[in-house]
Amino acid sequence: MATAIAVVRLRNLVAVVILLGLYSLLMAAVWVLLDAVDVAFTEAAVGAGITTVLMLAAVSLTSREEKPAGRPSVLALALVAVTGAALLYGTADMPPFGDSDNPIHRHVAPRYIYDSPAEIGIPNMVTSVLASYRGYDTLGETTVIFTAGISVLLLLGGRRRKDKAGGSGEDGAPGEDGA
Amino acid sequence: MKDLIVVRVVTKLLIPFILLFALYVQTHGDYGPGGGFQAGVIFAAAFILYALVFGMTNARRAMPERPMLILVALGVLIYGGVGVAALLLGGHYLEYAVLVSDPVEGNEIGIWLVELGVGITVAAVMMTIFFTFAARKR
Repeated sequence: MATAIAVVRLRNLVAVVILLGLYSLLMAAVWVLLDAVDVAFTEAAVGAGITTVLMLAAVSLTSREEKPAGRPSVLALALVAVTGAALLYGTADMPPFGDSDNPIHRHVAPRYIYDSPAEIGIPNMVTSVLASYRGYDTLGETTVIFTAGISVLLLLGGRRRKDKAGGSGEDGAPGEDGA
Repeated sequence: MKDLIVVRVVTKLLIPFILLFALYVQTHGDYGPGGGFQAGVIFAAAFILYALVFGMTNARRAMPERPMLILVALGVLIYGGVGVAALLLGGHYLEYAVLVSDPVEGNEIGIWLVELGVGITVAAVMMTIFFTFAARKR
């Protein structure tokens, strides 16, 4: 929580990125406390590790300082407050935390817990849910990653090559530049 | 960072273990926490660490651009290919049970292949993104 507030308040983008990494690491600790080790693993590796490096790479391409913001808007503050209040009001209807009669424990979870070792044959339920019962979703996630990589290449890699071809004046086909 | 001998030596010592740990997470996802996604990220982290310490030119030599782009697509192709293979063998899309005669074993093999696909794509994409950003700097 303190790191989140610091992230919002700070203007030095490098410090913000480092604090976001710290935030991810703390979140990973929270996931471990909630017995969600797979999520904790992902949070620590992706959130605290790779994302920090990628964000630092991105910051190094722009400036290190955030531009000073204009006057804080009253309308925006009101909107955020109302949304936050609505969300808090919504949590009042949530089932009690950790109750075994909660809807989430009565729908498909029992089948995953009791039948997945026999049906899938692997002990880690998270993996069997992720790759087998929810295989389509994971295929979608992989496609998202794939698309992200391709987009970065198209946005950043392509322009670099054109610059190089234009700067050094090497044999780049004239038709290609026009197209 | 090329002059810092401690950093260089420690990095050289660490990278094999990072890669080994990534492979362990990849293949051990069936039994403990982990899987293709985490393994791919850890695998990419090893190469990113190498690029940070030894510079982009050496990193490019270790992981050239073209094979990396092929790997980006290969992972998704493996994933989708497992689904198509299940279709051809008379099951539903991504129904691993039909891959071999024993449904449980089919599921194990299918999950293993699918996780491999996820790992390859994630690792290659993370490296691609970092290398593309780093190449823009110069």
